Amino acid sequence: MTVTSVDAAGLGRRRAMGLVTPALLLVTAFLVVPAVWTVYLGMTDYRLTGIQAANPQFVGLDNYRAALADPDFRNSLWLTLLFVLGSAVVGQTVAGFALAWTLRGVPRLVRGVVETLVLLAWILPSSIVAFLWVAYLSGDGGTLNALLHTTGTDWLLEHPMASIIVFNTWRGTAFSMLLFSAALGAVPPSQLESARLAGAGTFAQLRDVVLPHIRGHVLTNTLLISLWTFNDFSPYLLTAGGPNHASETLPVFIYNKALYGGQLGYGSAISFIMLVINLVIALFYVRLLRERR
Amino acid sequence: MASIRIDGLSKVYPGDVTAIDGLELTVADGSFFALLGPSGCGKTTLLRTIAGLEEATDGAIHIGDRDVTRLTPGDRNVAMVFQDYALFPHMSVTDNIAYPLRIKKVGRTERVAKAAETGEGLGLSALMDRRPGELSGGQQQRVALARAMACQPDVFLLDEPLSNLDARLRLEARTFLKRLQRDLDVTTVFVTHDQSEALAMADQIAVMEAGRIRQLGTPSEIFRRPANTFVANFIGSTPMNMLPGELVGGKLRVGDREPVDAVAAGWVGADSGDGAVTVAFRPEYARVDEAGSLTFEGEVETSENLGASVLITARTHDDHRVQAVVPEGAEPEPGAAVRVTPVPGRVLVYDEDGELLVP
Repeated sequence: MTVTSVDAAGLGRRRAMGLVTPALLLVTAFLVVPAVWTVYLGMTDYRLTGIQAANPQFVGLDNYRAALADPDFRNSLWLTLLFVLGSAVVGQTVAGFALAWTLRGVPRLVRGVVETLVLLAWILPSSIVAFLWVAYLSGDGGTLNALLHTTGTDWLLEHPMASIIVFNTWRGTAFSMLLFSAALGAVPPSQLESARLAGAGTFAQLRDVVLPHIRGHVLTNTLLISLWTFNDFSPYLLTAGGPNHASETLPVFIYNKALYGGQLGYGSAISFIMLVINLVIALFYVRLLRERR
Repeated sequence: MASIRIDGLSKVYPGDVTAIDGLELTVADGSFFALLGPSGCGKTTLLRTIAGLEEATDGAIHIGDRDVTRLTPGDRNVAMVFQDYALFPHMSVTDNIAYPLRIKKVGRTERVAKAAETGEGLGLSALMDRRPGELSGGQQQRVALARAMACQPDVFLLDEPLSNLDARLRLEARTFLKRLQRDLDVTTVFVTHDQSEALAMADQIAVMEAGRIRQLGTPSEIFRRPANTFVANFIGSTPMNMLPGELVGGKLRVGDREPVDAVAAGWVGADSGDGAVTVAFRPEYARVDEAGSLTFEGEVETSENLGASVLITARTHDDHRVQAVVPEGAEPEPGAAVRVTPVPGRVLVYDEDGELLVP
């Protein structure tokens, strides 16, 4: 008998290729080509209008040098870091875990209502929730001002970063909550009870029993929500990056530069930098996950 | 070390499900006590309520002189070994055993020394650096016991301590647990659904049904004189023979047989009232082809080999089935006519409500 484990279905190389080719073509057309095209554009002075739109020139790494020297870019990078740390790594993780932990013991009805509300924030279209938040934070008769008796405070103008961090925490917590709910369901109750019998309080139970069990889930969750938040464009719908670049995270910065400013070449270069940062974050977590095993 | 006193304890779950129903129980200091019953009888709930993992709806629990009814599990000074042992998979054996001490803020050196000492007593010395995942079921159980022993609790609670072991190991663990309990002399309550485990290990057994205790006694009392038909049915590795009968003028009649006198345990003759009864005797306490005042003639239907003995089932002419345990090699062939005679003094008579009649 010959070993046929590499071709368990018995298709043969040619037919197997035939089945895979359409998918590969689609991936190439819609993912690989645009990505490579972006890398190329990033090395030109391509613009939306003017001479360079008709006849872009190859400028090598000039765009990258310009980016590193651009205070707006460095500001934007810093704001993105704040946004990811504040709303994803801290905000969504803590809020999601707190919700999942608290909802374990409550009656089914309460749990259902809370979960539905949190999920709604996640599944509603960005344009709708952005409109709701603009109304909520508005300085002119906004709900938050009515609640806090702080008439006239325009939160989006006075505290733009805090506003989008709170907004994104609210918007994205559902994912962490669902993931942690599932993870907590897999922690053996008898281990928690053993810890309780030994006299362990909530903190000691979390540290000694829960966390060791869900460490992998915490990493996966942090990886996913960091990447999503890093690439998230919805802050634009609240503040458009303003006032005066004060909440201009990288995706918003690229949009403003490339489409408002018309600097398509420069925007492409920064897009490529973002892609590299995404890859670095992903590799970092994958390495951490692998070390655990 | 302490006794456990339970007064009028009830546990009602949401949706009006009563798991424990006004239960009274005292477990003597240093005794090995079994809570025995079918699944859903409330035995595990009772154990968890003693541990504090479930809150009592009503009633009180005292451990020694302390009222622990409203204390948290950690303040009761009890230790519990769970059915799945509940070891922490990411901690070494040493850290697992020392965990309760760590929570009590005992220093690292002292903790490790105490864990080593406890582990040595249970034959775990060579395994102290391993993780629970690298241990066999029996070893894991000993680690769980060591963790329970390390903080010297007043009371040990064991939930189905033998159910996760394979059949061979189960017998060894039974002997081991019994010896360990005797050596430590700590009040120990364990839950089991297996009557043979309870009979073998416990000093005292409480047989439970539907949140109540149906009988409380030593293993031999419970085996010899079940207080009611529920316990009679539940206890014993072969099912109790149960036949309808009646009391007539102080004599016992089964079917159309001659009424007999003084065959039952403690039976001395006339009872206050006549009426329908259930006559019960264990197959172990039945003899084949021996003379006696109460005998059942019938034809052997089946014989089951139990190893050193054989369980035969005979069908009587009035269509009842009677079982008897006979020594191996002496069993009658299926189809043979036999006479099954209960050993005098081992016949039990239950009234219409299923309670043991002790005239």
